[in-house]
Amino acid sequence: MSTVEPVVTSPDAAATPLLEVRNLSIRYGRKGPLAVDDVSFTIGRGETLGLIGESGSGKTTIGRAILGLVPVTSGRIIFEGRDITRLSAADRRTLQGDLRAVFQDPFSSLDPRKPIGDALSAPLRVAGVPRADRTFRVQAALDSVGLAPGSEERYPRQFSGGQRQRVAIARALVTDPRLVVCDEAVSALDLSTQAQVLNLLSDLRAGADLGYLFIAHDMAVVEFLAQRVVVLNRGRVVEQGETREVMRNPQAHYTRVLMAASPVPDPDEQARRRQAWQQLKASASAPVA
Amino acid sequence: MTVDTTSILRIRKPQRRLGGRVLRSPAAMLSLVWLVGLVLASLTSPLWLRYGPLEQDLSAVLQGPSWAHLLGTDELGRDLLSRIVTAAAPTLLIAVITPIVAVLVTVPITLWAARYARAEGFVNRLSEIVLSLPGTVIILAFIAAVGTNMPLVMIAFGLLLFGALYRVFFGQAKSLHQQLYVEAAAVDGVKPMTASMCHVLPNMSTTVIVQFVLLFGAAIGLQAGLAFIGLGPQPPEPTWGGMVQTASKFIFQQPWMMIPTGGVLALTIIAANSLADVLAGGSAMPPSLVSLKRRKTPADAAATAPESGTPSASTGRAQAAASAGDVPADADGALVVQDLVIGVDDGPELVSGVSLRVGRGRVLGLVGESGCGKSVTSYAMLGLLAPGLSVRSGRILWNGTDLVRADEKTLQRVRGHEIAFISQEPTRALDPMFTVGWQLAASVKRLRGVGGREARRIALQLLTDVGIVDPPRVLTSYPHQISGGMAQRVAIALALSGRPKLLIADEPTTALDVTVQAEILGLLRGLIAERDMSIILVTHDLGVVADLCDDVSVMYAGQIVESGAVRDVLVRPEHPYTMALLAADPHAILDFEGTTRLASIPGQVPLPGSWTSGCRFAQRCRFASDECTAAIPLQPRVQGDGGVRCIRRDDVRGRQEEWRRPVAVGGER
Repeated sequence: MSTVEPVVTSPDAAATPLLEVRNLSIRYGRKGPLAVDDVSFTIGRGETLGLIGESGSGKTTIGRAILGLVPVTSGRIIFEGRDITRLSAADRRTLQGDLRAVFQDPFSSLDPRKPIGDALSAPLRVAGVPRADRTFRVQAALDSVGLAPGSEERYPRQFSGGQRQRVAIARALVTDPRLVVCDEAVSALDLSTQAQVLNLLSDLRAGADLGYLFIAHDMAVVEFLAQRVVVLNRGRVVEQGETREVMRNPQAHYTRVLMAASPVPDPDEQARRRQAWQQLKASASAPVA
Repeated sequence: MTVDTTSILRIRKPQRRLGGRVLRSPAAMLSLVWLVGLVLASLTSPLWLRYGPLEQDLSAVLQGPSWAHLLGTDELGRDLLSRIVTAAAPTLLIAVITPIVAVLVTVPITLWAARYARAEGFVNRLSEIVLSLPGTVIILAFIAAVGTNMPLVMIAFGLLLFGALYRVFFGQAKSLHQQLYVEAAAVDGVKPMTASMCHVLPNMSTTVIVQFVLLFGAAIGLQAGLAFIGLGPQPPEPTWGGMVQTASKFIFQQPWMMIPTGGVLALTIIAANSLADVLAGGSAMPPSLVSLKRRKTPADAAATAPESGTPSASTGRAQAAASAGDVPADADGALVVQDLVIGVDDGPELVSGVSLRVGRGRVLGLVGESGCGKSVTSYAMLGLLAPGLSVRSGRILWNGTDLVRADEKTLQRVRGHEIAFISQEPTRALDPMFTVGWQLAASVKRLRGVGGREARRIALQLLTDVGIVDPPRVLTSYPHQISGGMAQRVAIALALSGRPKLLIADEPTTALDVTVQAEILGLLRGLIAERDMSIILVTHDLGVVADLCDDVSVMYAGQIVESGAVRDVLVRPEHPYTMALLAADPHAILDFEGTTRLASIPGQVPLPGSWTSGCRFAQRCRFASDECTAAIPLQPRVQGDGGVRCIRRDDVRGRQEEWRRPVAVGGER
């Protein structure tokens, strides 16, 4: 994907990363431990960055901070050259839907009492798009994720899990965003549905100036979609780099453990991985990264 | 993901809406008719009452019911019916003020407090202060200051109710605020208060309406109480409380007087409460998780089975008969499932003709997408089908006993003692109210019949066995104090407390991190070796299957489509569905160089009831042809033992890579 030409509006724009996170720290409560500890990374235009870690690694918190859903303790979040670290709810409207999200749970991310067309047109209404245009764009977004015309009048409960996740993706894409934060967007789905959604995400970014921050706990899923990857452990970055490099030649011990622990559906290869994992575990019973 | 069997039941019985609930309940309709009728009768009373409410007739004082005075008269000969009816409209209309004020004040404050953490602290304190105020004293003092102006008193009462009402609303508002769709609205740029009004308030409307009706009843009671002690509208103005007071004065001369006056007051408050009860869905009991009572006796089930035999079921039976030939039914320590058919009572079939065999010390993987019937099958082995589901035919043989036809007593001997269960959510196995040690010891005591001290020793040993580092500390912890991985270990220890020979594990690692998953799988592997235990592992993760299982059965739409040794099925799949699952799994790709697509199986698993007699996978299969509409039994694999249910198996073998060829974006429904 890195070969896709970004749509450059000014000579400067190519140099500015899409998103820059600088020394981000987040603490829950006044005295709680740091959930995110001095994390820095950038996402280029049209790039997909994978954020990997186990539960408690702070990956979801980082995503929520970028979306303005949790307060930042220190550090900065810069989106398209603009500091959005402490943007008020009102100022967030000025992002014009350039920064969007797909959440993990396709069941609770849609209001059960509203037809899905309402959820899709809400960001457009906020951005002041005229009604006729809104209807058109909602239909176009639903079409792009492969949902039948007329779906906008149906309620969430009338869709299956995979279809709801398509609705959630359509809602994220309806404003034609530059960056979509996908927080465990496929981990609640069955294998075949997960593959459908992963293919869809991959197809949607092709030829578009669209970047993803892809948050997941599953190495293989990130490996499929992301050009670069950041590995988190207990709120800190343990390793980052080109996905291919990190996967072939992991530097941090934690990354190696994580990779060896992820099972593959081939009994012989899995037996090798299991052995590798047991050795890694034995060798590192002293310090945990 | 576990199969949500209840969803199938839900499809048949859509949730009733609030209005419908009232219309369907005779109690609610009666209450509504009573309240509305009372107000209408009262407002139109000058048109039809024979006497005015203040009209005295000293020749007929303290009379019982008669044709002239239907409900009798009071001490001044005034018609009781007339006084009660006249007093009704002011009483009810003024009583409405209280809930209106209380709801109007509390709802916005609740929404505000639920949204902003800082406001929450302040409003919590405020509500505690209001709650601690002595309500009765304040109302009395208020009346002393402003007089018996009833609307004003009702407003004051409404304000005093804020403390209690806030408590009721806040919990719900807070949990609704944590719903992802409220966060999604924030990402959309919707104003916080607008988001609350659009997404939170409508979803808590039932609670608000119920509280409204309850407070309405309370306000009527308060008005009557105040009038009773003489603080209501002054005589001769008729009030219900005043009339009850008069009746109590003359209780020995004319006891009848109390009946209509007290009765109308009681009936009105009961009407308001029963209306609230129905609105809250009071009669709707949550369905129990499992049914211990069997719907049909085994004999019935056996008798009805031949008639209900659908074509697919009968073909299934034929195979089971064929496969039963080489499987000794009473093999020691083996679980043998033969041609199991499970269905929703008076509904569709969920599992049609499944046959499995788990030998002693073996691990069988049961894989497939959600809705394929994996979990239902595993619950059936424990005799724990959800209410409304039952085994229609087939056998589940365990040490020579058929668990399908076994009585509850036999099942209780088997469950926990011989066959144990671990679920996806370890927290479901643990009661949050008790310590881990207490629960584990109780289970050991029950299942092994030992004393308290011995049970505690065994509990400690079990925790050590499942690899917990600091067992004494974990024993004294509550379930919420331990991590998810540790909770799953405790759940496994709990399952081991009866020394089972077979463990049924329903997605035991799905909710866990990969490193914890690897540890739990290692633990299970060790247990099999040490205890000669067998495991049925229900999962949709093919990597987990490759790691732990010896044999695997792939389920699709209630049938087994492929079975065999794990190496044969995962490395040399012969059924298109297994091939598709493998090609859809990103873990299966060991080198991503040049890989741009995963296989995606178009569409979804067909719902029970919409299954065809031919191959159930045909409508999603890229290899499907006309011959696939014919019914197809499970036939022997080409390589290794086991079966494949595909009519084109010879044509499709080895073509699993073809599943990765792209399909038009999203055109895959």
